[in-house]
Amino acid sequence: MVAYAGYDMPVQYTSIMEEHRTVRGAVGLFDLSHMGEMHLSGPEALAFARYAVVSDPGLLEPGQAQYSMLCAADGGIIDDVIVYRVEDGYLIVCNAANHDAVLAQLESLRAHGDFDVTLADRSEETALIAPQGPRAAELLGRLTDADLATLGNYRSIPGRVAGTECLIARTGYTGEDGFELFCSVRRAKRLWEALISTGADLGLKPCGLGSRDTLRLEAGMPLYGNELDRSVNPYEANLGRVVKMEKGEFVGRAALAAVQQTGPARKLVGLTMRDDAIARHGYPVLVDGSEAGIVTSGTLSPTLGERIAMAYLPAAQAAVGGEVEVLVRDRPHPAEQVKLPFYRRPKPDAA
Amino acid sequence: MSTTLPDDRRYSREHEWVRIEGSMAVIGITSFAADELGDIVYVELPELGATLAQFSSFGVVESVKAVSDLFAPVSGDVAEVNEELRGSPELLNTDPFGAGWIAKVTLSDAAEMEQLLDAAAYAELTAG
Repeated sequence: MVAYAGYDMPVQYTSIMEEHRTVRGAVGLFDLSHMGEMHLSGPEALAFARYAVVSDPGLLEPGQAQYSMLCAADGGIIDDVIVYRVEDGYLIVCNAANHDAVLAQLESLRAHGDFDVTLADRSEETALIAPQGPRAAELLGRLTDADLATLGNYRSIPGRVAGTECLIARTGYTGEDGFELFCSVRRAKRLWEALISTGADLGLKPCGLGSRDTLRLEAGMPLYGNELDRSVNPYEANLGRVVKMEKGEFVGRAALAAVQQTGPARKLVGLTMRDDAIARHGYPVLVDGSEAGIVTSGTLSPTLGERIAMAYLPAAQAAVGGEVEVLVRDRPHPAEQVKLPFYRRPKPDAA
Repeated sequence: MSTTLPDDRRYSREHEWVRIEGSMAVIGITSFAADELGDIVYVELPELGATLAQFSSFGVVESVKAVSDLFAPVSGDVAEVNEELRGSPELLNTDPFGAGWIAKVTLSDAAEMEQLLDAAAYAELTAG
């Protein structure tokens, strides 16, 4: 167990490799109750949401969700989030470590703006349990009458799972099919236990932070604190497509428009090591022998067996196929720039 | 997870073990260390001929998640390294006291063994 953003959380229950493989091949279960949940309601909830995040929640159909970011006025990322359109407004789910910063930002915008919106921090009372993997739908199907067949990716519906009221969302951070179940903390243990016992014959395993990290890294997903922080703007992090300038005014728009115009100074790239060294967060990246960039995340990929990493490079030197070196304990090791993601799950109808 | 500690060797507080084999000292990490690390995916072995100083770092072991230093339990010159670990670092998880040995050094000062723990003392150190 480790201390993580004020919570005690397991790095692994058995082994990171085993848990990782279980998510890719069967179904893994994550307790993500540490995440923050901010609820917006009232006549101007949508207008407020459109102003606070860089994406356009106005494009969300009922029950639909979108990946987004809250940026500061200078375009730096405060947090990356998922915005869910729910029955009575919008739910912004944020990282535990950024709970206070996100709440402070939303409260500040509400106080200074002129929005008729009610902001409720529901983090303390909301649990989040996430079954992820190719067998997640089968597992959930045994415990709910909700129509999962029509619940598409990045959509949510309210429903009962093992007798517990949940928001059932088809979202996740693993690159596999899966669900995130939001419920009352008072029902969390019961829901967890029902999933564990019902999933036993499907090969379900509980999974910790270690496999959560290797799974998202393989899937090319950024982690706030590694790829994203207050000094990074969305265009540098390969997330320009999330920013919707055409929606009108929002926090950070002017700064981001400038970056979009000139192009970002640095770019996030994927790396595959050519020898058996593992690149890790903070290791320098050399281009033509001189230090040019920095590794943001790295590991041995359990699925691919390759040593993979993400790194920032000067925009001019970021190019798929480009050769670089990573300094590991003061020695350079060759690596190649590759397209992200490293792993994509097989399509269900693939032969 | 192995809970039986071989008593034919001494242990360091950094979770390495050392066993005398003729004129050589065989070095490895304990099952406690391996369990703490989790799945070991890479070992950086010392160079042949390198001089190790007791309690100084002589190599690195990497798990999926993290990088850890290896600390020499005794001083000596590296005479042999376990080449098996290059292709099969997981030996440190499956057989840390046997097939997962890391290096053999020519012991430079036998008295250093006195500074290490016996099996009982190490068991106490690592108990709950």
